[in-house]
Amino acid sequence: MADPMRIRAQAQGDKAVVRVLMSHEMETGQRKDSAGKTIPAWFIQEVTAMHNGTTVLSAEWGPAVAKNPFLQFTIKGAKAGDKITVNWVDNRGEKRSDEAAVT
Amino acid sequence: MVTRRVMLRRSAHVAGLLATAGLLPAGARAAWPQAAFDAKNMADAIKALGGAAPVESKDVTLTGPDIAENGAVVPVACACNLAGVKRLALLVEKNPNTLAAVFDVSDALEPSVSTRVKMGQSSNVFAVAMLSDGKVLFAQKEIKVTLGGCGG
Repeated sequence: MADPMRIRAQAQGDKAVVRVLMSHEMETGQRKDSAGKTIPAWFIQEVTAMHNGTTVLSAEWGPAVAKNPFLQFTIKGAKAGDKITVNWVDNRGEKRSDEAAVT
Repeated sequence: MVTRRVMLRRSAHVAGLLATAGLLPAGARAAWPQAAFDAKNMADAIKALGGAAPVESKDVTLTGPDIAENGAVVPVACACNLAGVKRLALLVEKNPNTLAAVFDVSDALEPSVSTRVKMGQSSNVFAVAMLSDGKVLFAQKEIKVTLGGCGG
């Protein structure tokens, strides 16, 4: 199981800025190890973000997203106490879901 | 005692059940646009995502450094100040596969996202916005990558 995501959601007026830091290798499948063998690709493919249970953002990522991916987005109409849930699925089918409250 | 053989048979059975229930990763990954991520240039990638030919526009903004010291972590942000943005995409022209990320934005979200991408070499980076009326707009920026601090 991958390490938990770090999610920070801060209310700014009638919006909330959400910053997510995920813990993932994001291996591109282009690199070779010391024996010259290609290291297989291993990266997050799908990310979804929910605001109080409603999906507000879904993203499809390629291996070009940096290691330990960072994502920032702004939700309109979110206020303090609202629940933000972020899920990801990688190309091995591993998943992770974490949630945070807007502060 | 559970022997290895019994264990194997059981796991095969469970795998079969999962496959029928559509829980295996292959099923979960069906939504991932493989063709778009395989594309080697912007036009092909956008076409694979079902968009029209992109037009350069001032309404789309792409923020990033002029020079990135480390190509493995390049912070970029894309935004669009028009209404009705359905999708934002980030593309790096000279990466092995051009498309880096696609964001499906709902109405509850400001059409503005930031993330960090990898860049193999100095290249143009594109931010593409696909609007609900079918327009596809883009902005571009050249980002120079200094590998290991020895000039690029």
